[in-house]
Amino acid sequence: MTAALRPPSAAACPGCLATPAEAIIPPPETARIALSLPTIHCQNCISAVERGLNAHPGVADARVNLTLKRALIQADDGVTARDLIAVLDGLGYEAHELDPGALQATQTDRAGRDLLIRLAVAGFASMNVMLLSVSVWSGATDATRDMFHWISAAITLPAIAYCAQPFFRNARSALSAGRLNMDVPIVLAIVLALATSVWETSLSGEHAYFDAALTLTFFLLAGRYLDFRTRAIARSAAEELAALEVPRAIRCTGDDQHEVAVSELTVGDLVLVRPGGRMPVDGEIVTGRSELDRSLLTGETVPVFAGPGQAVSAGEVNLTGPLTIRASAVGQDTSLNRMADLVAIAESGRSRYTSLADAAAKLYAPGVHILSALSFVGWYLWSGDMRVALNIAAAVLIITCPCALGLAVPAVTTAASGRLFRRGMLIKHATALERLAQVDTVIFDKTGTLTTGTPELTNLDGFTQSELAIALALAQGSAHPLSVSLTRAVKAAGVKAAEVNGIVERPGYGTEGRYLGQLVRLGRAAWVGAEQGNQTAAWLAVGETRARAFHFADNLRPGAADSVAALRGAGKDVMLMSGDSPGAVQVLAQRLGIDDWQAEALPQDKAARIAELSAQGCKVLMVGDGLNDTAALAAAHVSISPASALDAARVASDIVLLGMDLTPIAEACDTAKRATRRIRENFRIATVYNVIAVPLAVAGLATPLIAALAMSASSITVSLNALRLR
Amino acid sequence: MSVLAYLIPISLSLGAVGLLAFVYTVRSNQYDDPEGDSRRILSDEWDDHPKP
Repeated sequence: MTAALRPPSAAACPGCLATPAEAIIPPPETARIALSLPTIHCQNCISAVERGLNAHPGVADARVNLTLKRALIQADDGVTARDLIAVLDGLGYEAHELDPGALQATQTDRAGRDLLIRLAVAGFASMNVMLLSVSVWSGATDATRDMFHWISAAITLPAIAYCAQPFFRNARSALSAGRLNMDVPIVLAIVLALATSVWETSLSGEHAYFDAALTLTFFLLAGRYLDFRTRAIARSAAEELAALEVPRAIRCTGDDQHEVAVSELTVGDLVLVRPGGRMPVDGEIVTGRSELDRSLLTGETVPVFAGPGQAVSAGEVNLTGPLTIRASAVGQDTSLNRMADLVAIAESGRSRYTSLADAAAKLYAPGVHILSALSFVGWYLWSGDMRVALNIAAAVLIITCPCALGLAVPAVTTAASGRLFRRGMLIKHATALERLAQVDTVIFDKTGTLTTGTPELTNLDGFTQSELAIALALAQGSAHPLSVSLTRAVKAAGVKAAEVNGIVERPGYGTEGRYLGQLVRLGRAAWVGAEQGNQTAAWLAVGETRARAFHFADNLRPGAADSVAALRGAGKDVMLMSGDSPGAVQVLAQRLGIDDWQAEALPQDKAARIAELSAQGCKVLMVGDGLNDTAALAAAHVSISPASALDAARVASDIVLLGMDLTPIAEACDTAKRATRRIRENFRIATVYNVIAVPLAVAGLATPLIAALAMSASSITVSLNALRLR
Repeated sequence: MSVLAYLIPISLSLGAVGLLAFVYTVRSNQYDDPEGDSRRILSDEWDDHPKP
């Protein structure tokens, strides 16, 4: 993932690279600076980075975390992240600023630590009790056996009271909601095992299940911890992606310009947005002319003109000239955030999915309770001895207890998520893999998903050398994405720039100059007196001659064609749905061999189409990156977004693709299928163990030794089976 | 069998020492950067005197 965790800005707005924002001054209250260091990998890197940072004046302490590839710096207020990034750049390390506020690791840390300590206590206690139990099984009798049992009880009771709290809590919340989950039989088994064991011990009985209750808790906690770690890793990587976008804006007060956090802006503030910057708020343009890239919001690739009086929405990218906007909605009220409502509606459909584990628990929990109750009643009626009947009921509960079931799902998801993470995919949602395995229809967004969002010149051959030379002269002074692309293509063709005098960039329109006494212009269609077609184009006008268009197509993302081909090869329906114009969408669809495409789709259209497909019984995978895809991402059965996507889209999707390459998508579907198969296999293994051991328990032949063997053997088999996936 | 009276408390307390040591390492953030720590030990930078 090293190279993959690049700042999303690189792909999201090409303008950012061409015109970097000026010095960023961190808000004074946070003296803590966090930097992401994707390229560090060894002890020399650690020493070099720490030495370099500590030598910088004003830095109090710098510490590198190699596991997270991050540096945390305690520094004076005067030190800016920008300075430190320059220092590290000088040392040869790539560094990106992280927003420390977005790295809320403390909460998850505490929960993980809590589970780990419970796991350690359960492990310690079960090992000790197991030692005592082994001596009982190997023939301790009379007073010695009683003593061992009492010591076991003294260890087990407090240990269970502490370690099994997560299960008690879950079971209580399930029961109070009138449901049965996996934790109810677990808690019942633990409590019943302890009660009968204490009773037996007080009567100098032979069988006590202290070791079984503890090992059960230990294995189940291990499953919970695995599950937690998988999700914590995904959450931390997702947080890092969010933290890479430091939300700052430039507020103009009188003649002063201050850099402030976006959260501090209020309605009515004047905000300066430099070329390449993203609109932090909704508002109206007060001064300045420019062009806006709205592709993340609407999917349109053609930049739109922006002038005073026009409304802008948060998330749009300013391309050519500086703009001053008056904020009309900030924070939660911006159109960017209002989209969240749409997502909430769409998401309510998704929560109906029942995971395999829940489905198993629904079948399993009542069965176990009924079986145990029946054996109790049966033995009580037959023998009339309460003690024997209770003992057998406890044995049945312990042997059927879902120890292996508790490990079956987490062990497989951990192994599969680890495998996909190494391929550059981040599984954010617990049941995402199971849902991914069922997918039969894949819908792609166009701009930013199948394409990189950077334009590529397509009709270089249609121009004469002299025209190209003029175009190059005009284009090379501009940071506009089309100009940058044009410059690159013409230079690559070996053309030298013509001598054009007095070149001026007219923000929002284009560039003009004088060539051999003639006025030459490169820019928007309307500005040079031409008709705007349905393709992305920049127009060149030389003197009074008719303007001619340079056409651009979006660059394909690496692996896009392979991925589409692989998905079709696997028998899935592939569709393309975009907010862009029909011409551009059709060209791309033909290039990738997608027959089913839809252009000019509004966000509601996308979500509605997915709802319609779902109603027909299709399991839809949505791959998208923009705000216009957010509702669709949430409505789909499962969703993937690239790391360059807007924050809202990444939040709404189940899986985040960390690299630029799209190839892992087809592979992920395959891995997900295998993982689901493995989970089912694990359920089957657990069932086989139960089928063998349960009749013994019901017949009253199960001893604590058999219970311990069945439990450990099934848990270990299940874990090993899961590891085959790696 | 009276040796059990010594051995059981001894084995329990040794186990408890291990458990407490583990709890201490968890509480003092020693598992935050396992990869970095395993490599820091190879660096000779602070061999002569501790980091100030």
